[in-house]
Amino acid sequence: MTAMLNVKDLRAYYGQVQALHGLEFALNEGSLTTLLGANGAGKTTTLRAICNMVRSTGAIEFDGAPLTGRSTENIVRLGIAHVPQGRGTFTTMTVEENLQLGAITRSDKAGVISDIERMYDHFPVLKERHTQQAGTLSGGEQQMLAVARALMLRPRLMLLDEPSFGLAPLIVRDLFKILGKINREDKVTILVVEQNAQLALELADKAYVIETGRIVMSGSAAEIANNEDVRKSYLGY
Amino acid sequence: MSAIQEVVTEAPAVEAVPKKAMTLGYGASLAMLALLIIVPLFVKNFIIFQLTMLLIYALAVLALNILTGGSGQFSLGQSAFYAVGAYTSAILMEHGNINYALTLPVAGIICFAFGFLFGQPALRLSGVYLALATFALATAMPQLLKLGVFEHWTGGVQGLVVTKPDAPFGLPMSQDMWLYYFTLAVTIAIYIFSVNLLKSRSGRAFMAIRDNEIAASAMGIDVALYKTLAFGVSAGITGVAGGLGAIAVQFVAPDGYTITLAISLFLGMVVGGVGWLPGSIVGSAFIIFVPNIAEGISKGLSGAVFGVLLFLVIFLVPHGARQVAIVAQQLIGKLKKN
Amino acid sequence: MELFTNQVLAGIATGAIYACMALAVVMIYQAIDHLNFAQGEMAMFSTFVSWQLMQWGVPYWGAFVLTLAFSFAGGIVIERLLFKPLAKAPILTNVAGFIALFAIINSVAGLIWDFTIKQYPTPFGSSPFLGSQLISTHQAGMIGVTVLLLILLYFFFQFTRVGLAMRAAASLPESARLVGINTSWMIALGWGMAAAIGSIAGMLIAPVVFLEPNMMGGVLIYGFAAAVLGGLTSPLGAVIGGFLVGVFENLAGTYIPGVGNELKLPIALALIITVLVVKPAGLFGRPIVKRV
Repeated sequence: MTAMLNVKDLRAYYGQVQALHGLEFALNEGSLTTLLGANGAGKTTTLRAICNMVRSTGAIEFDGAPLTGRSTENIVRLGIAHVPQGRGTFTTMTVEENLQLGAITRSDKAGVISDIERMYDHFPVLKERHTQQAGTLSGGEQQMLAVARALMLRPRLMLLDEPSFGLAPLIVRDLFKILGKINREDKVTILVVEQNAQLALELADKAYVIETGRIVMSGSAAEIANNEDVRKSYLGY
Repeated sequence: MSAIQEVVTEAPAVEAVPKKAMTLGYGASLAMLALLIIVPLFVKNFIIFQLTMLLIYALAVLALNILTGGSGQFSLGQSAFYAVGAYTSAILMEHGNINYALTLPVAGIICFAFGFLFGQPALRLSGVYLALATFALATAMPQLLKLGVFEHWTGGVQGLVVTKPDAPFGLPMSQDMWLYYFTLAVTIAIYIFSVNLLKSRSGRAFMAIRDNEIAASAMGIDVALYKTLAFGVSAGITGVAGGLGAIAVQFVAPDGYTITLAISLFLGMVVGGVGWLPGSIVGSAFIIFVPNIAEGISKGLSGAVFGVLLFLVIFLVPHGARQVAIVAQQLIGKLKKN
Repeated sequence: MELFTNQVLAGIATGAIYACMALAVVMIYQAIDHLNFAQGEMAMFSTFVSWQLMQWGVPYWGAFVLTLAFSFAGGIVIERLLFKPLAKAPILTNVAGFIALFAIINSVAGLIWDFTIKQYPTPFGSSPFLGSQLISTHQAGMIGVTVLLLILLYFFFQFTRVGLAMRAAASLPESARLVGINTSWMIALGWGMAAAIGSIAGMLIAPVVFLEPNMMGGVLIYGFAAAVLGGLTSPLGAVIGGFLVGVFENLAGTYIPGVGNELKLPIALALIITVLVVKPAGLFGRPIVKRV
């Protein structure tokens, strides 16, 4: 099975500072992968590099086509949705407007309307609040909105940057359950970057561990979860 | 109208110039100084007069650099302080018979107070709002100077004629040449003062405020004090420049200090490189000579030519003369290695 | 009391000018997050273009529509050619760019059409409106057009896809890109719309202040002030701000002694600044919470 996303020798820079030192990994279609690592390891930078939001060199291929040189918005239009750190919700717009924005590049009006209804099925709380300003939603609700907005793109690949950040554990469990559902039923390939290793490893099939801009470990989620170094460094036992 | 607040993590509006880069290296400074001392000995009086104006506007741009590049506050109102300084000198000289050199510290102090006071209400304003407020100040000044109630002192619409001083101690040089070297001395003194100010604790406070006002305040910096201080110092230096200008031009009149002057000084700051003190003289050269060049190219379209030249400059060097200096430094560094 | 009411009404009438200009100012501010000092000159140039068309025999409304289209296109061209290259440059450099643009447009207009004052027609006539001595039919027309523009803009932003995309791009550019919006073109579109609105403002103002290259100087400042007073993020605020500025200006001229025409501008500005010191986000602006 050829990989849907192929990353080779990725180096990324913030000004003069190099954050990624030759990253390599691949995502198969339909997989749910998690990228683990400590703060500052380069997890967020990896996602940003895929979407060309940070200066980088190396080869990134999506469905065989290179992503380098394309603008962020063009990369998104290829079917890659990115839920950024901090969620990036349009706080001054309503919930429904946020969902409409997720689909702004689509031209099938009927499809968009039915997708919004599907999002409300996945996330009933959003339906309740659909005319509310997005900024008034709680953290967990905003995270759901961010995921829903990303799904409105009908993406083939969804990138999530620390979706558990700042959320209560029970809410994170619910969110991850929904992510699993989306991966299985809607066939969306998912790459989740997480600091919360335990839940992420329960959710994912495959895992990578990144340390100071390099992949140091890769394998199935179960293998990684049982790895002693990982348990000591990231799982706390 | 919603109750939703926009939470903004604001990038600083004024780009930070690293402290090290704020001045020229010793070699370049000495070369510049040598040029400034020697050139006037070989040129005609009118050119010397232009060089004097070059230094005077450089002072005014320097003052703006301290305010904007240093403490991050915008001002489109420097012409008001320049005017106050000019009129202070003129009035003291013509009505009070005070020696021209002594009028300068008075102009400086009065303008410092004026700037410090203006800085108070300006504390709550920033960015575009402060620009508007200073703009209001600049547009008001010519009108205030024309007010009948002050006419006895200011000479009203016609202004005042100022007597140009002779060289002291019977030195064998023209009035223009003496005034040039006098201005040069004042400029050097103020430049050294400014460099030291920016390197001092106050300077660091300014820059902390410029880069992130909230963080600065959280660190215990008295933001209000330093912001008004920056305004005061900037106004004071501009006032001294204004005083020198009055003496050099031998004339003060309300319409000589309009918003156009304020805008020119702003452009001078940008062309020289915001926050880069040595760039002030480059900026000053730009605002003095380029309009003349533009008029030379096309009398009818002089404004358009000026605009085009300005665009060329900002396309080529968006960060002003400082960018040129950095590139030059890198080239010299490479040459030295080879 | 009657003098006061009269001055207030007269102020509202003149304020329509500032309200219209303020709309254009807010439009550009939404797109690029700063004020374009050359906007007044762009409006002036557009007005001259419409005048020229009429000189060549094109009827008023034909010239109006053609000028709108020209201005829209012109705004986009100026942004793409002159300001897109400066997108990564510091803000102050961009401001210098606006000043350069101002100089260029003013000078070119002066060369093409010279500085003599010209009459400019109004489609609304200049008789007293409903018999009132204070408001002419033209001024009523100005108020009407401004309100109509406001309503159209509201519909555009709230109910169209492009409007939604523009709001998103102005609000959070990075998030907008992440939903596939080309934020660079949104800026160009903002410029085009601002230029078009500015041209309408110019064509409405010219009959009152007469057509000449320097006609927009004072108007622009009042427009800025009105936009700032209303809260730079609110078109409604801009319009109300415009009317308030007109009223301030008139009241200042009437009641503060010694204030002739020359001091009206700084006094009006001072009043506005005072409001801002109390309400920094303007009357209708969203209060901005700044995080470290």
